[in-house]
Amino acid sequence: MNHWIIAPVILPAILAPIIVLAMRNDVVLQRVFSVAGTVALAAISAGLLWQASHNPPEVYLMGNWPAPFGIVLVLDRLSALLVALTAVLAIVVLLYVIGTGWDRRGRHFHALFHFQLMGICGAFLTGDAFNLFVFFEVLLIASYGLMIHGGGKDRLRAGVQYIAYNLAGSTLFLFALGTLYSVTGTLNMADMAERIAALPEGDVALARVGGTLLILVFAVKGALVPLQFWLPNTYAHAPGPVSALFAIMTKVGAYAILRVYTLIFPPETTTGTFFADLLMPAALVTLAVGMIGVLGATTLARLAAFGAIGSMGTLFLAIVGFSEATAAVALYYLIHSTLAGAMIFLVADMVLERRGSDTLRAVRPPMSQHGLLASLYFVAAIALAGMPPLSGFLGKLLVLDALSGRPDTVIIWSMILATSLVAIVGLARAGSVVFWKAHAVAEAEPEPDQPVQMLSFASVIALAGLIVAITVFAGPLTGWLEGAAAELHDRAAYIGAHDLPVAVEE
Amino acid sequence: MEALVAAAVGIMTASGIYLVLRFRAYPVILGLAMLTYAVNVFLFASGRLAVDLPAVLSPDASGYTDPLPQALVLTAIVISFGMTAVVVMMALGAFLESGDDKIDMTETDRTEDDR
Repeated sequence: MNHWIIAPVILPAILAPIIVLAMRNDVVLQRVFSVAGTVALAAISAGLLWQASHNPPEVYLMGNWPAPFGIVLVLDRLSALLVALTAVLAIVVLLYVIGTGWDRRGRHFHALFHFQLMGICGAFLTGDAFNLFVFFEVLLIASYGLMIHGGGKDRLRAGVQYIAYNLAGSTLFLFALGTLYSVTGTLNMADMAERIAALPEGDVALARVGGTLLILVFAVKGALVPLQFWLPNTYAHAPGPVSALFAIMTKVGAYAILRVYTLIFPPETTTGTFFADLLMPAALVTLAVGMIGVLGATTLARLAAFGAIGSMGTLFLAIVGFSEATAAVALYYLIHSTLAGAMIFLVADMVLERRGSDTLRAVRPPMSQHGLLASLYFVAAIALAGMPPLSGFLGKLLVLDALSGRPDTVIIWSMILATSLVAIVGLARAGSVVFWKAHAVAEAEPEPDQPVQMLSFASVIALAGLIVAITVFAGPLTGWLEGAAAELHDRAAYIGAHDLPVAVEE
Repeated sequence: MEALVAAAVGIMTASGIYLVLRFRAYPVILGLAMLTYAVNVFLFASGRLAVDLPAVLSPDASGYTDPLPQALVLTAIVISFGMTAVVVMMALGAFLESGDDKIDMTETDRTEDDR
């Protein structure tokens, strides 16, 4: 058995308590261990990525209990890819946090950060439905702490809303799991998939109820309309780098929908296309709400938050296709939107820091490092809006192409194209208020420039470099992602890896 | 038995949802606690209701109840207890910072220009 599969969960789980217990008063020591841990996580995830792309899905039996009785972790290309993406994003965000000194503004940032990574990696790796719930709770409880990092009245109140919303979501998750367990008698995802496929006619309705409840839970995480209300306030009031890390958190919802509704409830078995039909209109409305929100946003952070909702809409459109071709495209867009979303949050945080406010209602004089920030915003906005030459354009092109030839192609295409235009106008408006019109109100004696924080700029530029890299290497990347999508749809291989006992008729 | 459990889950969920939709933090937290109680009872029922039967091996047992939901409920209780503690702390912090425990943020939206 390959023990490296559990390392992305164990490593942060050990590191975080050590940081709390042994070095809580020494920020420098915390930073060293935190960066070392994240780099180690990235190295491990690179190894897992290499392993997953050369081997069929591999199952890790915790405590060596055979599936479906014990809890399993499953490594396949999809989970390895997302763990690697998490680790890369974590390094960038961590460098930004150290560069700006965000970790000095409150206590225990690094410990919470690693607990958050533990939850996210666990959610991507687990092959057990109840274990997925547990990892969701781990990542949520860490995110509660991170969200209110630094304190302040508005942030705390937004935090209370965020917790209340997600606690209700967790309750719903348990109701869904209870329903599914009562129908199938198992919580192992592979076992559940087999049993749902062989469900007697009378029980299908109950399985659908469970599946629908589960979709609601993942829709809360993925900010799918009508369950997106928690996102704008949370992301706009959370510290900038934390919002950037949260860019991967909405993807956990997307990943869960992709995994569960291809493995357990695929369109060709008993439950039919019911779930795809349910998700499609929601994804269309999410896209519209997000991009109109970008146009109407009152601050740069809110603009970034609504941009995140809009890109989740596009992502869900690609996911809802539920075929190999659309899954590959969805994964490409997922990588792109994580990086672009994180970048615009970091830029918004830098603007807030230097301008004193990130409001879009009033024009303020130019800030320190005005030109550099303007160009970084420009790059992030091009990526987010999906204009050439960056990956957003390629991603949207792939999504449009993959969704052509369906009966509802006209609606999908017109929605994606129209909302892209709205997003371009919104981003251009915000950019001209913050960066361009600022020169009109320039003070005769400008305040002295703040020193350039090399590390924070370097991390944002690294994100831009990553976006350029996935654009330049789009060919090989999509080729690999097609393999990942094929593996995702090869249910027999995934289920076969679990070595489930053959059902005995009594 | 079934009717009693079903009614208990239903009533607790209904009152939980009503309280969650209230305007102040205190009833909202009570509502969330109510919802978690409801889901704990619901999880028990998902393993089918069996009266007076052991969950683990016993030499003189006539049958067994499903032990897995009991383990799930235990996990769910621990998690929801921790989460409730966190939300209480957070609500308390928000109350001390802002002077009231309203859950909405309308006046913040209005004064965002001053941020």
